[in-house]
Amino acid sequence: MNTAPLARVGLALLALSVCACTPWVKPYEREHLADQVMSFDRDPIATGYLNHVYEAREASRGAEGGSGGGCGCN
Amino acid sequence: MVVINNTLARGIVALCLLLPLAAAAEVLQPDRLDVMYHSYDGGGATIDGPSVLVRKNVADTVSVSGGYYVDMVSSASIDVLATASEYSEKRTEYSVGLDYLHDKTLMSLGYTESTESDYEAETISAGISQTFFGDLTTLSMGLSFGDNAVGVNGNDDFAASAKNYRYKLSLSQVLSKSLIAVFSAESIVDEGFLNNPYRQVRYKDTSVPRGYSYQSEVYPLTRNSDAFSVRGIYYLPWRASVRADARYHDDSWGISASNIELRYLHTIGEEWLLEAKYRAYTQSEADFYSDLFPYRDAQNFLARDKELSEFSSDSFGLGATYTLPERWLSVFEKGTVNLYWDHFQFDYDNFRNVLDTEAPVGEEELYAFDANVIRLYFSFWY
Amino acid sequence: MIAAVKTFVKSLSIGLMLLLPLSLSAQAANSEAVGTKAPDFTLKSNQGDNVRLAEQRGQVVMLNFWASWCAPCRKEMPLLDELHQRYESAGFVLYGVNVESDPSAGDKLIKDLGVSFPILYDTDSIASQAYSVDAMPTTVVIDRDGVIRYVNRGYRGGDEEKYRTQVKELIRE
Repeated sequence: MNTAPLARVGLALLALSVCACTPWVKPYEREHLADQVMSFDRDPIATGYLNHVYEAREASRGAEGGSGGGCGCN
Repeated sequence: MVVINNTLARGIVALCLLLPLAAAAEVLQPDRLDVMYHSYDGGGATIDGPSVLVRKNVADTVSVSGGYYVDMVSSASIDVLATASEYSEKRTEYSVGLDYLHDKTLMSLGYTESTESDYEAETISAGISQTFFGDLTTLSMGLSFGDNAVGVNGNDDFAASAKNYRYKLSLSQVLSKSLIAVFSAESIVDEGFLNNPYRQVRYKDTSVPRGYSYQSEVYPLTRNSDAFSVRGIYYLPWRASVRADARYHDDSWGISASNIELRYLHTIGEEWLLEAKYRAYTQSEADFYSDLFPYRDAQNFLARDKELSEFSSDSFGLGATYTLPERWLSVFEKGTVNLYWDHFQFDYDNFRNVLDTEAPVGEEELYAFDANVIRLYFSFWY
Repeated sequence: MIAAVKTFVKSLSIGLMLLLPLSLSAQAANSEAVGTKAPDFTLKSNQGDNVRLAEQRGQVVMLNFWASWCAPCRKEMPLLDELHQRYESAGFVLYGVNVESDPSAGDKLIKDLGVSFPILYDTDSIASQAYSVDAMPTTVVIDRDGVIRYVNRGYRGGDEEKYRTQVKELIRE
């Protein structure tokens, strides 16, 4: 398996941890981020089906999902 | 005789329909019921059916979900017409999922079972997701293991199996009040019987009038693939957004592929959400792929599956979501009706249309086709 | 395949180890507010004149920082209303501080839910910054002398009992 890309992800995390800054978007500033147009996956049943169509017709697969963003509540 | 499209793809559908990593890590996904009619129509194949997904939260920390999905296939595709006759098939899939939220950590488990007359797939998956850094960063990891049993209709003696392992890592980062990005990496390992037991490759054969003959395809027993994607959404001040996705795929069969996608979302009033999307995909062929081999048993591995050929595919999509007026809902807090249409165009660079019998062998026209995908669904929150 | 799993797990553990200290330090920062004087502010209210926090001294004050787009905030509101109605006569006042720059979505929610406690509009984030709000919702409980005694970050089912205990304790002082 090609491990170089995973090492790059690890480096990105390292860079993030070394940064001494405080969170630059406060929880009370997350109004836009909580909007439905800012969601990567607002209807999982629909996204899942389209990803299934892609995977059935094309040879490539993977790296379609992901999470995060949103209201940042709790 | 029955020819089926990429048997392995069907075994991995589980993840696509019930991905445990689709939630934000601080709050569970809300209770909802989705009922969808899906339809794919293109290249001579029609596949449609229902899809239902229910989610219920228990005690603020646990979320349970269940899914039911059916594909009714009616196929007279190029693969079928070349070597067989039109067929019908039905695939049924059940899935269950469990999410547990503890402070900023979300743990997920999922199980999916898919059955059809000549293929059975079982997949279990686990995921963990953690938010950091003032909830600006979310790190997710997922694993899944699939066990598939391959059969042949009409031949009880044939039994083969394939195993599938997926590892996924994804990092989501809020970059500003209006911008969020996600980086994902996924590695997939397949082992076992990876080809389609019905599909054939063709080779030049001057001893028959048509000039070529068929033999069964032979695939390697393993396939390792890596995929990386970057996606970002930017908020526009009029309650709209633009989104860009890019993905790169590479694997041990020599296929390298990339795609980009652009999406625009627009809200109108309180009820309407409109979406327009464009996607461009391109891939190179597998090392052991050829439309026409020079003679029988020309290589150790032989493939003529158009999905492993060199091709490009463009698609554009339009869709609308309408939020139903509250007075129409009884038990539910919110309801939407959604209609999304995607139009695909596939252009093959080295897969030829054998139904073009006028051309000399090996010089038939290159194959191309259009497909329409419809998603019509109702979503209810309660 | 085993090598693949090993590398994967290695990258993940490194990632988690690096990020964990960050999330822990964020938690530590906020508990420092307890025991300090509650920062004063003056905000417009939905029930008439402006409200100045310092003028509420002598009463137990609960500040609930909320927004219309925050699901746990919406769930919490009716329960906070019960608290407000129950202890109002005992020297307790509850203010819902709306942190949005455009209060119209918040006003609509208030109307739909029918809550009776006063809403203050923090459209310029003055109070949010002064109280270092780092979670949504945040519920701050201030005693009769104007000292912050409790900072409740987030809302989970059952937290309203915790708030009741805190309010009762401070009312009795």
